[in-house]
Amino acid sequence: MPISDNGQTKTWQRRTTGESLTRWFVWLICVAVFLYCWQQISEATTWFFVWDAPRIAGDIWDRATPPRLEYLTQLGRPIWDTLNIATFGTLIALVLAVPTAFLAARNTTPSVLFIRPLALLIIVSTRSINSLIWALLLIAIIGPGVFAGVIAIAIRSIGFCAKLLYEAIEEIDRSQVEAIASTGASRWQVMAYGIAPQIMPAFAGIAVFRWDINIRESTVLGLVGAGGIGLQLQASLNVLAWPQVSLILLVILVAVVVSEWISAKIRGAII
Amino acid sequence: MTTPAYAELDDMLGKRWKKPPFVPNPVLRWAIILGFAAYLIAAFSTIEVNWSRVYEGLDRGWQFIISFTRPDFISRWEDIWGGLLESLVMTVAASVVGILISIPIGLGAARNIAPLPIYLLCRGIVALSRALQEIIVAILLVAIFGFGPLAGFLTLAFATIGFLSKLLAEDIEAMDRSQAEAIRASGARWLQWINYGVQPQVMPRLIGLSMYRIDINFRESAILGLVGAGGIGATLNTAFDRYEYDTAAAILLLIIGIVMALEYLSGVIRARVQ
Repeated sequence: MPISDNGQTKTWQRRTTGESLTRWFVWLICVAVFLYCWQQISEATTWFFVWDAPRIAGDIWDRATPPRLEYLTQLGRPIWDTLNIATFGTLIALVLAVPTAFLAARNTTPSVLFIRPLALLIIVSTRSINSLIWALLLIAIIGPGVFAGVIAIAIRSIGFCAKLLYEAIEEIDRSQVEAIASTGASRWQVMAYGIAPQIMPAFAGIAVFRWDINIRESTVLGLVGAGGIGLQLQASLNVLAWPQVSLILLVILVAVVVSEWISAKIRGAII
Repeated sequence: MTTPAYAELDDMLGKRWKKPPFVPNPVLRWAIILGFAAYLIAAFSTIEVNWSRVYEGLDRGWQFIISFTRPDFISRWEDIWGGLLESLVMTVAASVVGILISIPIGLGAARNIAPLPIYLLCRGIVALSRALQEIIVAILLVAIFGFGPLAGFLTLAFATIGFLSKLLAEDIEAMDRSQAEAIRASGARWLQWINYGVQPQVMPRLIGLSMYRIDINFRESAILGLVGAGGIGATLNTAFDRYEYDTAAAILLLIIGIVMALEYLSGVIRARVQ
């Protein structure tokens, strides 16, 4: 325990002098990096607009209230599309994520050296790219519409679902698997009776959780043209129809809150 | 052939053994299955897919996949570097500010240390920040503050607050009360109580979550450019619009590489603090 001694009295200190110096140095670097970043942002900003911001915000607020409620009748179909994008995207993702997860989990992969890194690469690369970027790419390839949205959501979700699922597979109880294997079960039977029942709750939880996130993400996919309520949002923004924008934002907010509530209920029932 | 090896078990049960179903209640099980099937059919019939357009696109899709094998970092390097630097700058600044603000809000949103009015206020802020997605916040902030990284910075900081405060508050609510009480019993003031009774218990998780959030912020900063809030997204969007797939592939590879590096780094740091 470091103690400073000034002749008569000894005082307890939390760290030695060297430790404190190192810490101060690290903090100094952190502050310097932050200040550099702030300076970069500041240089790229037109400060006149920022000082003007409260007036602009008030102006937009005035224009956006009250929301144009009659527009609600035209939002039924986009909301239905949004729901479908999220659901089908999640389903396709799950179908692809299950084999990926089994290939990525240390205890079920056929080859730790060759196949596992490949599965992990799929997981990382699909996970690190946002669904909006996938949508952008898919629209260039297969044209705008709901289908591009479904595929974008599906690709983005593979990594997320597979990662959580393979972690669940790695945490299973070995003894149950061994018990099934010792009865002479084949590799597939071991999977069906030894592993699947153990990861089923985790699987259902992941599916619902990801569906909830996908509802959130599919509401904005339309901004790049991939169907759903985002298309209406983009159209309204383009013509500066602020009362419609505020209504759409309210609808999105309700959709997100409701889907989160549903998913919390279902997960509560499973676990 | 007619008497399988498990005949004995079947006799004991009085019926064939079957795997127990995931949803035990049969009525509920069939209701879920039929309802979901009905929904799927209804949903599937309303999705319009232009298959000939998809078929034409396959060729372009293949070109894009091919371009991953020869990404073009060189010809647009200036734009890529500028966008990437802006993304990183936004990530760092927004993470620092977001984490600093989310600590007091997280303290306020924990029921066991905050009085009710403050608790409700902080929970309200958290709920608002979590319900609004980054890209929508970015659209509004770009409209208010104008184009550029400031809007992106504010968006990410706002999103960080919702994420981190909620998880921090949950962690504080789950902490060990006796340690905090021991500090309080020694006559500590409120700040000392937080500093010595609460902080040591939640610090490892706070660091872990902060690292995770930095990772998320970088990923999100890559799309903010689509709506004009600065970062690599604008460059990426331009590359797609011009069908410069090799440049787009280069940008995507850089994003994946940086995310992997950040994930590895946060793994190392989290392993050290726990």
